[in-house]
Amino acid sequence: MLWNSLLLAVRAIRRNVLRSFLTILGVVIGVASVIVMVTLGDGTTQSVKEQMQSLGANLLTVRPGMRMGPGRDEALAPNFKMADVEALAAQIAAAQAVVPTAGSTVTVVYGNKNWQTSATGSTAAYFQTNNWRLASGRFFTEAEALGGRAACVIGSTVRRELYGTESPVGTEMRVKSFSCEVVGLLASKGQGGMGMDADDTIIIPLRTLQRRVRGNDDVTGLQVAVKEGASVDAVIEQIKGLLRERRKITEGEDDNFSVFDTRQIADTLSSMVRTLTMLLGSVAAISLLVGGIGIMNIMLVSVTERTREIGIRLAIGAVETEVLSQFLIEAVALSSLGGLVGIALANAVALGVTRLIEVPYLFNPGMNLVSFLFSALIGVVFGYFPARRAARLDPIEALRYE
Amino acid sequence: MSAEPAGAPLAELRGVTKVYGQGQAALQALKGIDLTIEAGEFVAIMGPSGSGKSTMMNILGCLDNPTEGAYVFRGTHLEQTSRRQRALVRRHYLGFVFQGFNLLARTSALENVELPLIYRGEPHAARRKAALAALASVGLEGWERHTPAELSGGQQQRVAIARALVSHPVLLLADEPTGNLDTQRGREVMELLASLNRDRGLTVVMVTHEADMAVYAQRVVHFLDGVVDRDHRKGGTH
Repeated sequence: MLWNSLLLAVRAIRRNVLRSFLTILGVVIGVASVIVMVTLGDGTTQSVKEQMQSLGANLLTVRPGMRMGPGRDEALAPNFKMADVEALAAQIAAAQAVVPTAGSTVTVVYGNKNWQTSATGSTAAYFQTNNWRLASGRFFTEAEALGGRAACVIGSTVRRELYGTESPVGTEMRVKSFSCEVVGLLASKGQGGMGMDADDTIIIPLRTLQRRVRGNDDVTGLQVAVKEGASVDAVIEQIKGLLRERRKITEGEDDNFSVFDTRQIADTLSSMVRTLTMLLGSVAAISLLVGGIGIMNIMLVSVTERTREIGIRLAIGAVETEVLSQFLIEAVALSSLGGLVGIALANAVALGVTRLIEVPYLFNPGMNLVSFLFSALIGVVFGYFPARRAARLDPIEALRYE
Repeated sequence: MSAEPAGAPLAELRGVTKVYGQGQAALQALKGIDLTIEAGEFVAIMGPSGSGKSTMMNILGCLDNPTEGAYVFRGTHLEQTSRRQRALVRRHYLGFVFQGFNLLARTSALENVELPLIYRGEPHAARRKAALAALASVGLEGWERHTPAELSGGQQQRVAIARALVSHPVLLLADEPTGNLDTQRGREVMELLASLNRDRGLTVVMVTHEADMAVYAQRVVHFLDGVVDRDHRKGGTH
């Protein structure tokens, strides 16, 4: 009987192709938007995680002030000094490396081109803790860093803007007011977190930046690489205790510096993306529901329009359950078809958009399957009422219907 | 359904009444009908509109239950049956031909004729074979793939007759089968029904208000105001 009902349902759908297509459009759009939203969310989460991974695992960042970004009070949160770096390195056993950094925005010039970029001053260990790889040349050495040599390593964006296709290694580039030898070119990291270009940077020895750019001996940030297997939380506590002591913060007073765990930042970002994905996914799910109501609407119209047909079927001996299952199967076939078309459409769109916004495209088989089953369920739920109405028609009345 | 007792009538209505509505608005469509249909008969039912002939056909065709009285079909009482039981009687024993043809639109003649067999659960190959044979028997060989819109009225009615025949009913009920046809096509349809009655022994009960068409029947029953007014058998008495 199921097979017969399916046959009858397929014949009925085939008899009215245009209307069948319009009927399923709501479900197509609903399923497609759910899948696109979730796929883009998954891709973005993945992308955030990869970027955070590229910053280096088990890396703690210490900054003056209680929050990230601009607006901190210099007087209340003074910068660090090299003495702080040495103290941390000497006293925290679980620290693999303590890397000082200072940053500044500089204009770099080569030939007749100039470009504004961010310069980071640090030690030779910086390249390792931040997972930088070389495209060509070399990193500056620890000796060069200590000696304050004018040696710089440039990012691929700076190279593109100043050198085009020319090899930058060995050339002299002007940074602000001094001349600097380009010793290495960094391999591209691609788009950084939150739309920043990680490759738009130059890295020079800290001492060089302090003397020739900033004109002071401040250290604006510390990076602490934690040894494999050591407790990150314990290291954070040690850093806090030591810095409070060194910065003469009395009991009960708040810290005037912050310690960030990169993994924590990654988790926060990921959970933000997840929340946003769920929100957008729910909105999309509502449109799927509206698609279901669309099916019910058309099925009801169809039952009224096909009253005579139903009368014929009943007169020649169809029982109530056969008419019910025919219309129900028709609704389920329509909505499942909508689900399939929606899945195909969604993955095509998601593939295009993920390329466009440069996040990985992750095919999620479970979610696609659930979307399909849900679209079939919508057919059952919203097809039942019209189908029952059809099945309960009186054959005499139905045959007389004009 | 039990086996048919020898000599018993195919269908018998005894004291059948049908009342629509209740109280003041109640309408008595049938006021006590006694009618016996013998196997192999060709009966024409005549009468003005509102005389109860359609109501009687609905009861005879198991589309409706009588309010009172008995309906015995092949030895079985059917007067108080459920919707489902009536549907199964229609499926297995009855064939219907309507005035308005009532074919499924945008559906080929073949698929229309197959429809009753689908509900009977016949396998695909047997269904197709039986439908083709039924269409051939009404002279529509070569028209199987045409949809009702591509067929003339007479052809459409013949498709409808093929659909009624395909399940080998014991009783064919025709409600003004020539009502929507011109005289020539009407005669062709009547010839077809008469030959089915004569050659296959198919029992036919037909409602008509055209005396021209009633002449094909061996027996004419006149209805008036919900009762049988006259029951006339050709070449015999009743």
